[in-house]
Amino acid sequence: MKVLVAVKRVIDYNVKIRVKADNTGVETANVKMSMNPFDEIAVEEAIRMKEKGQATEIIAFSAGPAQCQETIRTALAMGADRGVLVQTDAELQPLAVAKLMKAVVDKEQPGLVIVGKQAIDDDSNQTGQMLAALLGWSQGTFANKLHVADGTAEVKREVDGGLENIKIKLPAVITTDLRLNEPRYASLPNIMKAKKKPIEVLAPDALGVDIAPRLKVLKVEEPPKRKSGIKVKTVAELVDKLKNEAGVI
Amino acid sequence: MAVLVVAAHDGKTVRSNVANAVTAASQMGSEVHVLVAGSNAGEAAKSAAAIQGVAKVLDAEDAAYANWLAEDVAPLVVKLAPNYSHVVMAADSVGKNIAPRVAALLDVAQVSEAIKVEAPDTFVRPIYAGNAMATVQTADKIKIVTIRPTNFKAAATGGSAPIEQIGGTGAGGLASYVGAELSKSERPELTSAKIVVSGGRGLASGENFKMLEALADKLGAGLGASRAAVDAGYVPNDYQVGQTGKVVAPDLYIAIGISGAIQHLAGMKDSKTIVAINKDEEAPIFQVADYGIVGDLFQIVPELTAAVEKK
Repeated sequence: MKVLVAVKRVIDYNVKIRVKADNTGVETANVKMSMNPFDEIAVEEAIRMKEKGQATEIIAFSAGPAQCQETIRTALAMGADRGVLVQTDAELQPLAVAKLMKAVVDKEQPGLVIVGKQAIDDDSNQTGQMLAALLGWSQGTFANKLHVADGTAEVKREVDGGLENIKIKLPAVITTDLRLNEPRYASLPNIMKAKKKPIEVLAPDALGVDIAPRLKVLKVEEPPKRKSGIKVKTVAELVDKLKNEAGVI
Repeated sequence: MAVLVVAAHDGKTVRSNVANAVTAASQMGSEVHVLVAGSNAGEAAKSAAAIQGVAKVLDAEDAAYANWLAEDVAPLVVKLAPNYSHVVMAADSVGKNIAPRVAALLDVAQVSEAIKVEAPDTFVRPIYAGNAMATVQTADKIKIVTIRPTNFKAAATGGSAPIEQIGGTGAGGLASYVGAELSKSERPELTSAKIVVSGGRGLASGENFKMLEALADKLGAGLGASRAAVDAGYVPNDYQVGQTGKVVAPDLYIAIGISGAIQHLAGMKDSKTIVAINKDEEAPIFQVADYGIVGDLFQIVPELTAAVEKK
């Protein structure tokens, strides 16, 4: 079974982001970019399936500017076999990415697609579910544990009250939550090897997908700042403040 | 046109965040309808009918809806959606699972975790873990919106909307529910608690969370945790407060042994009053705390527990 994973290039999670002065977005020039952390978990899960003999080939998909090749290379260095990049400098929103992925899935016919549950830039949490809908496949979202056997996937999901177990038919789309696994670091020899692995570059037009954004971003602003508070010395002082100043206990 | 709120429920009552979703929905359109899909969900439908501002409740009964599988619930919402200008769900684990599936089936975009309705087609939503706020406008005919419940006041009860029975769409056979392992707790639910006591890596073990439980019980508080504490296995995943966990905005949030990574702050910085207890005076949590105490939590927490009056 082929497994397709999606990897998004985002501002590194350690970077403190800055809103552009003209309020059109967030500054991405000269900022460290990395693979979306949830997508690293997706890549790791696919590699573990391959190590267990459940996956035969892992395809790393990305969409965006040419630099997304670096993100795909990271996935290849971790252990994915080859990459597919849908290259465009245009803004991509979740529905467009799901449509691009569907076009690639139609071509590659994977038995399973694994994606991060959300990207840490736009925090949308949509693409996996949208892809499953477009394909008419089942979806195992917010996966905490995944067990694939006999044409089905047993998925333990992280839900509001705890964990939930579902059984879904393959092919399916899985979206990863934090506790699914701990992604490995790519070793130096594997980073070198990854440079020779193939990456196919496609254009959205060639896939027949309309990627025009549906949501218009009118402005992006800094959030309101909290007033800085005070330090208290003793528990008695704290309790007094909570009771008489804040009035919350 | 009317707005459809899709309500999650436990069979007896709709989730408390449905009342928040109704408030948000009433800012988007003239009339609010609530869909309660389930198997024997009549009681839950009644609880939805009692929310003020609801004009009609649709009770869709089908065995396929018993466990809220997105594969089976989404087709029902898709079938109803053309009668509405908006479909609204709370951005909880049910809404996040189902709404994007509905949006894609309708070939429309989704606005995730709206915190403000600027106009029926314009919403404010946090991006980058709440470090930026985006105002977005959608041109789609049917607007799919998930809302962050803590940013909308809960609509009061006391209404008595009519309940209309509608048919189900059946099971697609793609997915089946096996079971759940839910955390049992007598404490208030985290996202609706007035006070939240939250622990981080500084607790050093799951055993030490008992100390926080004692404080939480005395305050009538919900219990939360940072990602670090959940990843370390101190507490279950549903305790996690943060960008990718739960978003809370209680009157009082007490962060204990939590350093305050931006991912955690994203989930709690809208709390009315924030208290931080941490031994590292440079910890970023102090930048958002109204009251901070620098010191050993193992001394301070029992002292605090003893000092507060039982609620």
